[in-house]
Amino acid sequence: MINPKKYIVAFTITAVIFGTAIYVSNLLGQKKLEDVRAIENRVALDILSSETQFALLEETSCRDIAPGFLSKELGSIGERLTYAENQTEFNTNDLEYLKRSYFLLEIKDYLLMKRLTEKCGIKPTFILYFYSTEDACEECQRTGYVLTALRDKYPDLRVYSFDYHFDLGAIDTLVSIYKVKLDLPALIINGLTYYGFYSVEDLETMVPALKELAARAKALEKTATSTLTD
Amino acid sequence: MAEIQALILYCSLFISLFFEVFLLITYLEVREELDLEDKHLGKNIREFPTVTIIVPCFNEERTVGDTIRSLLDLDYPKEKLSIIAVDDGSTDGTRRELASFESRHQISVLSKKNGGKHTALNLALEKVESELVGCLDADSFVDSDALRKIVPFFDDASIMAVTPSIKVFEPQSVLQYLQKIEYSWGIFLRRMLSSLGALYVTPGPFSIFRVRVFRELGGYAHGHQTEDLEIALRMQKHRYKIVNSYGAHVYTVAPKSLGALYRQRVRWTYGFLNNAIDYRGMFFNKKYGHIGIFILPIATSSIFSTLFIFGNTLWNNLNGAVDALVKFQTVGFNWHSSLPSFDWFFFNTGVLPILATGVVMLTLIILYLSIKMAEGKVRFSRGIFYYLALYIFIVPLWLTKAVFNTIFRRQINWR
Repeated sequence: MINPKKYIVAFTITAVIFGTAIYVSNLLGQKKLEDVRAIENRVALDILSSETQFALLEETSCRDIAPGFLSKELGSIGERLTYAENQTEFNTNDLEYLKRSYFLLEIKDYLLMKRLTEKCGIKPTFILYFYSTEDACEECQRTGYVLTALRDKYPDLRVYSFDYHFDLGAIDTLVSIYKVKLDLPALIINGLTYYGFYSVEDLETMVPALKELAARAKALEKTATSTLTD
Repeated sequence: MAEIQALILYCSLFISLFFEVFLLITYLEVREELDLEDKHLGKNIREFPTVTIIVPCFNEERTVGDTIRSLLDLDYPKEKLSIIAVDDGSTDGTRRELASFESRHQISVLSKKNGGKHTALNLALEKVESELVGCLDADSFVDSDALRKIVPFFDDASIMAVTPSIKVFEPQSVLQYLQKIEYSWGIFLRRMLSSLGALYVTPGPFSIFRVRVFRELGGYAHGHQTEDLEIALRMQKHRYKIVNSYGAHVYTVAPKSLGALYRQRVRWTYGFLNNAIDYRGMFFNKKYGHIGIFILPIATSSIFSTLFIFGNTLWNNLNGAVDALVKFQTVGFNWHSSLPSFDWFFFNTGVLPILATGVVMLTLIILYLSIKMAEGKVRFSRGIFYYLALYIFIVPLWLTKAVFNTIFRRQINWR
């Protein structure tokens, strides 16, 4: 009585639409991860270049180290990976691999930054941030907003964020060096560890170099304006 | 839990897509039939059968006069058409209004104690002597050629009832404009269901039956306040054929306020769910064709999947709003970081959003065909805007109430 042909045709068309949606989503997910991988490769190259430059300039003055010496794209990878973690379209293994690379790049960049501050005797403008993705950590979410806002305000500030529970030996080493407890979020500023939530204003006080960064940014802005006016 | 939630969402979207594809295939199949109906229906009627139209009224003093006048203006031989108006214990001036028509030989007026629409219809059915009988709600009006476009279907002896296309009468409020578009969608859907032999409602406004339907199956039942749905399901259960004449236009006064619309739709959805329970034997029973195998199950499941999808979307948006609030409280508003990013990386390209886009696109295609079918042409109107912007937010209101009342066996009122 019922002609099944129509049901079969409708089912086939629906299945094709479904299959296409899955295929397109996977394709775009892969493309996004490739973008992250490309940025990571660029950052790795930047770090290698910075290390080489640093080694070459070891004997010379700190004045020769130009602004923009360190890679600017680490923050961008972080934002992308945080977004990707909350989506379902990405391959978990690929994402894990990219996170691993990202954390290692952060650590390399941090070591370079540390050597730079020690050699040149400048005030440190970096923060190490440990968060948790395993336990419900509302303060981690708020601290994330604060650090993003700070990075927007002070583009030269370097924030190195680490997933406390991520299975990576280098993170475990950092945790043991700074004796970070599982009382997250944890921030390491100037070698001191702070636990819990701190506002933008708190952190501006805790990292005195930020004021210098702000003054430098203001001066640069002024120069740019006067150049334009001239 | 998240996996189960995702699975339900995938299933709901698959079923929605399947239904839309099924409807579009049906449309492609019947396109030529529709053109023929447009050109020839109602033009060369050899013999006009006798018809009685029953007008049940309860407190309809404002509209019943126009309803009856629209029937008197029908382009149909006067001697073949009679009207029975039944005052179902009105407490307003309905009785007086009806009395003004009593002198017309085509019209009989009956009065009774209030007992509900089905009792008014049954009282009139006892007096009917014609071959065909129909009902016209006292808040509806017919196009003059409506009956001429219904009667030819009865040339096929197997057809037992014919339903019309219902449109909204002179919309004024936002909700009436919105319903105008919704009724266009209904016109498309009913015509497609007609081709599938799966109409599950013979609407109060101007559905016409062979009188033998009532003689053989009995009169109208209470049907959980939806007697027009119950009689249609009873007919389908007895394999009585119901078709739709989409060219026969009937206009109804749609609820103006949200409260009135809500009450009407709670009644319709509650009626559907409870009649579906009463006729559950038809579900997945291939003896009843498309209506049993596909249409009744999908109509029922769509109520729950709509609620689930809406609940899920609402929950996600609430979470997003809470996050935004926490962010605002933490770092304040910042033009740079508070506005959504237009970097393509941050567009959600998951399977669910892509599938949902597919469902929405097919819905828009069907909406286009529906408006074209109902109005003859498509142009962007405020009704379309209201429909697209508001409909999804108000439907869950009555679906939730109807499901709640069904689960907890709470009765509902007509008004």
